[in-house]
Amino acid sequence: MAAELHVELVAADRSVWSGEATLVVARTTSGDIGVMAGHQPLLGVLESGPVTIRTSEGGTVVAAVHGGFVSFADNKLSLLAEIAELSDEIDIERAERALERAKGEDDASAERRADVRLRAVAAR
Amino acid sequence: MGAQLRVYKRRIRSVTATKKITKAMEMIAASRVVKAQRKVAASTPYATELTRAVTAVGTGSNTKHPLTTEADNPTRAAVLLLTSDRGLAGAFNSNAIKGAEQLTERLEREGKEVDMYIVGRRGVAHYNFRERKIAEQWTGFTDEPTYADAKKVAGPLIEAIEKDTADGGVDELHIVYTEFVSMMTQTAIDARLLPLRLEEVAEEAPPKGEILPLYDFEPSAEDVLDALLPRYVESRIYNALLQSAASKHAATRRAMKSATDNAGELIETLTRLANQARQAEITQEISEIVGGASALADATAGSDR
Repeated sequence: MAAELHVELVAADRSVWSGEATLVVARTTSGDIGVMAGHQPLLGVLESGPVTIRTSEGGTVVAAVHGGFVSFADNKLSLLAEIAELSDEIDIERAERALERAKGEDDASAERRADVRLRAVAAR
Repeated sequence: MGAQLRVYKRRIRSVTATKKITKAMEMIAASRVVKAQRKVAASTPYATELTRAVTAVGTGSNTKHPLTTEADNPTRAAVLLLTSDRGLAGAFNSNAIKGAEQLTERLEREGKEVDMYIVGRRGVAHYNFRERKIAEQWTGFTDEPTYADAKKVAGPLIEAIEKDTADGGVDELHIVYTEFVSMMTQTAIDARLLPLRLEEVAEEAPPKGEILPLYDFEPSAEDVLDALLPRYVESRIYNALLQSAASKHAATRRAMKSATDNAGELIETLTRLANQARQAEITQEISEIVGGASALADATAGSDR
């Protein structure tokens, strides 16, 4: 069995997910990064995008993260985001509607948010 | 019913109605305090982790950042004052405003110009009434602030501090808000948000004495700090907004509780007075009857003779 690390995924107003995991893949501004147990202490800036957490039970948790930070030290990984949603919390139809609307209104940030949500659902 | 008795009865009725209203407001405020406290608690993990990260970058690198370095001779400071939109909260707003006035005075003594940024209709009204300048104001969300509100407030402030002082920017950012100590105690406090004193931040990070590891920064320490500090300010403002909301509800609850108690006392006094008036009326009626009867008896006795 692979070594485990403790993961905390927190949004500004709540704690979204916490538990043990074997691998976490997130997108930083300089590219995708995978963190496993025993990684060097790290502090990175996240891009908005899906974050994949492989839990120690063998399951996969995907979350849509809109900006934020990843920090890893002492085998504890924290993902900080202003807004974070688990993929099973995301309403696909609503996200699609939001995407359509954002495209129509030329709202780049809303479009990106909706797109990240949909990608997180697709990665589930 | 006598005129006086009727007046008392009417006043009792009106005070009873007022008491019902204040009682209801007290209960609403009580339930909102609990909700607001829960929100404060829910925002804590994010704030804690963010503080850890800021400390890590601040101590783990020699980066100089405009948000962490003090200006040589600061000439202008921004003060963010958090008040509420609605009153009926005892001294809640006047305490916060008083705190802001004291801070302003102190800063002006130090030779700094002060720009006021105000959240909440009460604070805005106070400054408008005195025709004092407000740099920016926000209203309408003080009862239940969201993170988006905090971002809205933080945006112009961060912009102001990043600008050069000569172009109307500020060197320092202070915040005045009401700290929620407990249900019974809320104190107006002021704190300097920027420039950041890293030693202070390090003190706040909970596990004390813990040695922070040497971090690998992705993409670089400067970029991380660039992204981190505005978030840190937002999160501090968010926390202050939440605490201020919780304090406001606690203050409302207390004010409404004493209003309810006072109404109860008033009803008791008025009831006593009404009883007295009724008794006086009865006594008077009896003495009138007795007096009338004896006058009648005297009259008939006279005619018999």
